[in-house]
Formats: sequence, C-alpha cells, structure tokens
Amino acid sequence: MSRTPQLPARSRRVARRHAVLPLAVAGLFLLSACGGGDPLADDDQSTQADGSVTVGSADFPESQIIAELYAGVLEDAGVETSTEPGIGAREAYIGALEDGSIDLVPDYTGNLLLYVDPESSAASAEEIMNELPDALSDGLMVLEASEAENKDAMVVTQQTADEYSLTSIADMAPVCGQLVIAGPPEFQERAYGLSGLEENYGCVPQSFEPINDGGGTLTVEALTRGDVDVADIFTTTPAIEEQDLVVLEDPENNFLAQQVIPLTAEGRLPEGAEDALNELSAKLTTQDLIELNQAISGDGAVSPQQAAQDWLSQNGYDA
Amino acid sequence: MNLLAGTWQWLVDPANWSGAGAIPSRILEHLAYSGIVMVVAVVVAVPLGLLVGHTGRGSGAVIGVSGALRALPTLGLLTLFSLLMGLGLVPPLLALVILAVPPILTATYAGVAEVSPQVKDAAKAQGMTPLQVLTRVEMPLALPVAMGGIRNAALQVIATATVAAYINLGGLGRYLIDGLAVRDYSRMLGSVLLVAVLALAIDAVLAALQRALTSPGIRASPAGAH
Repeated sequence: MSRTPQLPARSRRVARRHAVLPLAVAGLFLLSACGGGDPLADDDQSTQADGSVTVGSADFPESQIIAELYAGVLEDAGVETSTEPGIGAREAYIGALEDGSIDLVPDYTGNLLLYVDPESSAASAEEIMNELPDALSDGLMVLEASEAENKDAMVVTQQTADEYSLTSIADMAPVCGQLVIAGPPEFQERAYGLSGLEENYGCVPQSFEPINDGGGTLTVEALTRGDVDVADIFTTTPAIEEQDLVVLEDPENNFLAQQVIPLTAEGRLPEGAEDALNELSAKLTTQDLIELNQAISGDGAVSPQQAAQDWLSQNGYDA
Repeated sequence: MNLLAGTWQWLVDPANWSGAGAIPSRILEHLAYSGIVMVVAVVVAVPLGLLVGHTGRGSGAVIGVSGALRALPTLGLLTLFSLLMGLGLVPPLLALVILAVPPILTATYAGVAEVSPQVKDAAKAQGMTPLQVLTRVEMPLALPVAMGGIRNAALQVIATATVAAYINLGGLGRYLIDGLAVRDYSRMLGSVLLVAVLALAIDAVLAALQRALTSPGIRASPAGAH
C-alpha cells in the first residue's frame, strides 16, 4: 500500500501531545528554526514506508488511548505505524480517513451508526452491528467490535442501590418519583434522556438537575454527596471504580450500545493488521477502559501513550 | 439568515413566554442572582474602598488584590466552589461576587482618593470631623466615579450570571447552555440577545440612579460624565 503524498506535514512518528492545532502552528514556526531535541518540533518529516499505518484519534483522551493500543498491537504484528492524535470530532476524523491522512481510527458503534444513518432505530449491540457495515459509505469499513463499551448509563451509589434494591433501570421505575436524576443538559431533550426513560421504563423522576460537565467530576460529586440520587455517567468513568458506584443495567436498550470498534478504509491495512486488531478487540473490556482512563487522570497521571504501552506489556504484547 | 429567522421565531414563540422555565421566569431568576450578587459586592467593596481612599492606607494592597481577583476565571471558581460545597446557589453567587468586587472597590477607592486635598483642608478648616469630611465631602464627590464602578460591575455580573446554568440553576444562561448541548443556535442567540438587552436596561436604570444621587453642585462637572 502506498502512502498518499498529501499527508500533512504535522504527522509524527510517535506523538506525545494531544493538541494538534497549536502543535501544528508551533511546528510550522519551529520547522525552519531548529532541528531535533525540541519536543515541540516536528523533527520526523521522513516519508512513510509502504505498508505503514497512520492511526488517528478523536479529540478526547480515551480515543487517544485506544489509538495508541491499535498502534501498539500493529507494531507488535510487525506493521510500521504512526499516530495522529486529537484530530477532532467525527466529521473531522472521518474526513481524514477518506482523504488518506489517516488509515485507522477507533470509534464507537452506536454513535458511528447514527452518524452515517441518522434514521436508524437500532439500539442493542447486535442490532447496531447488523446495520453498521452496510450503512457505512463506500470505501469505509469496520472490523470486529469489542466488548469494551463507553456509553451513557444510569449510575447510583452503592448505598442507593441497596436502599431501593436496584440492579437495573427497570428496578428504578417504581421508585422513580422519589429520585433526582443529574445529567448533561441534553438529557432533557435527547431521545435516550427523560423521554426515553419514560417510554422504555415508565420512569418519571422527581426532578432532573442539569450539570454541564459531560458526566465529569461535578456530576460525580453531586452523586456521591447525595445532592442527586442517580446520574448519567459514561460507563468508562474511573469514578465508577474509585467511588464504588453501581451501573444500572439497561434491559430495554434505552441507551445505544457504544462498543469500541476499529474504523478503517478498504485497502489501507496490510497483511496481518486486521487479525491483530480483532485480537485486541476481543481482549479489551470496559473494565480495561476504566483502568486506562484512571491511569491518565489524577495523581500520577501518565500520557495516553504510556498508559497504552503499560496495558500492552501487561497483556502479553511486546510493546 | 436562517439563524436570525430562527432566533426571531424563538423570541416571539408564545410557548417560550409562559409557564415554568419560560423567558419571564428566567429573566426574574437572572435578575435575582445578579441583584443578590451586587448587594453583597457593594456591601463588601464600598466601605472598604471608602476606608482605603480616606486613610490612604493599604491602597497598594487594594490595587494588587483587585487585579488578582479580576484574573480569576468565573467558571473555574464556580467549578471549584461547587466541588467544595456541592450544588446550590452559593457557589455561583460567590464566584460572581468575586467578579463584581474589584471594579467597585477600585472605583470607590479612586473616587475618594482623587478628591482634591484643598477641598478636604477647607472642610477641616470649617471644623468638620474626619467622619464628616468622609460623609459630607469625600463621598458625594466620589459618587460619580464609584457609581461608574458599580455600573461596570453590574454589566459584568449580568453577562456572566449565565454561568449559573453550568450547574443545576436557572437564569437566562439555561437557554445558552441547554441550547449548546443540543446545537440549537437560535435558542442560544436569542438568550444572548435577552442578556444584552437586560444588561443595557439595568445600566440605564443605574445611570438614572447615579444622576439622582449626584450632588447638584458637581452635576455639571466633567467628573459626572461617566
């Protein structure tokens, strides 16, 4: 496979920083000024050998970790790789995939399907994987989906779970009127939000408290402090582990399945790359993602690249 | 044009003007947050500014601390206070008070400090006590400048009170934050216009108040032209 010539100059052999735009700007300035040794400089401008794979990622840390995992297992399988982290939202990285700037990017099944087919009503992991390959535009393709999943979920403290004997959202329905739910503002208006809870589970909470930090620290604090009883938090949030929170099951698939999946384009992956990625997807679990997210946050945080390398070496890869 | 038409539709939609969470109640919430913040900020900053301006002591500290407070991002403070105190009214109001105090404090201090020494000497020569000099000479003369600081602070507070909606509170910021969450730019622009109109209206009220409070003796002077 040949490298496309219009590869952006900012592509780096191995990237250690996330902010692409500032780096690209800094890189442009530094290119003419100084050579290697400066960590901000783009000192690797060599053209890529045939058969190499550029792994892109979206502009949030978990995507960068998974991209580094992909790069790691590909290297392990003898494929030359480079990474292009923090490209942006789905519009941006799918564009980069189509124009050949990148060859591979981690994505999530439910949101990817909705992006390519906004009309789709698939909700469960199986339904989504039945529709996704055909819904993708020409040239794009997905490999096997991982069990690892990062999706919205109703989360409660262990104490609340015990008090109302909750293990799934269905258990919540009879006591919903006593519960205060916190979540991002869009939860009031999106189909999976308050209207979805009512339709799928007959759950109308006592009140909804919008907190605009995307299920981050403020939302977790509001939950653990008892300001609210239930929170909409992503399933790979480290706090689930750290604060002993309970993720309620979602038997009616109110929240779309969001399995981690490699998205690529036809003819970009060399021999053996596909098997290596499928093997990784089979190994990776949601719990792994929680631990990886934990590794890159708080005290003693490491870079997404380092977290990915540590995981790979613990899981039998020669990273 | 689409965005402007959508914004207009949002603004004139009767459904947005009645019921819980409608525009009138959001405006009242916004005014309530801003009003509480301004009262607290004035109670804190004006006496301190008068004291420092009158005695001339601690002016370096006032300027330094005011500058430092101005540099603090309100959203960062809101997040910090919310993490420390939990959800509720106190974190956003405290963050906004910290926004409002510096302009009021420095303006009050500057207004008093700028009063001509000859005028103060003349007042003392008339037999006024230091307290009388402060209340009858320095305060009336400082009022236009101090009110300038208060109006400045009020504008900033009304514009920034939208951050209250970052957590589970109301005010006009609710439309801004909720609109952004679902990419409803018409709603966002509509709420921004409402905030701007509200800020201008409050500034007009404060300008009228300033004119009414300003001593007739200095009304025509350039100092009153704030």
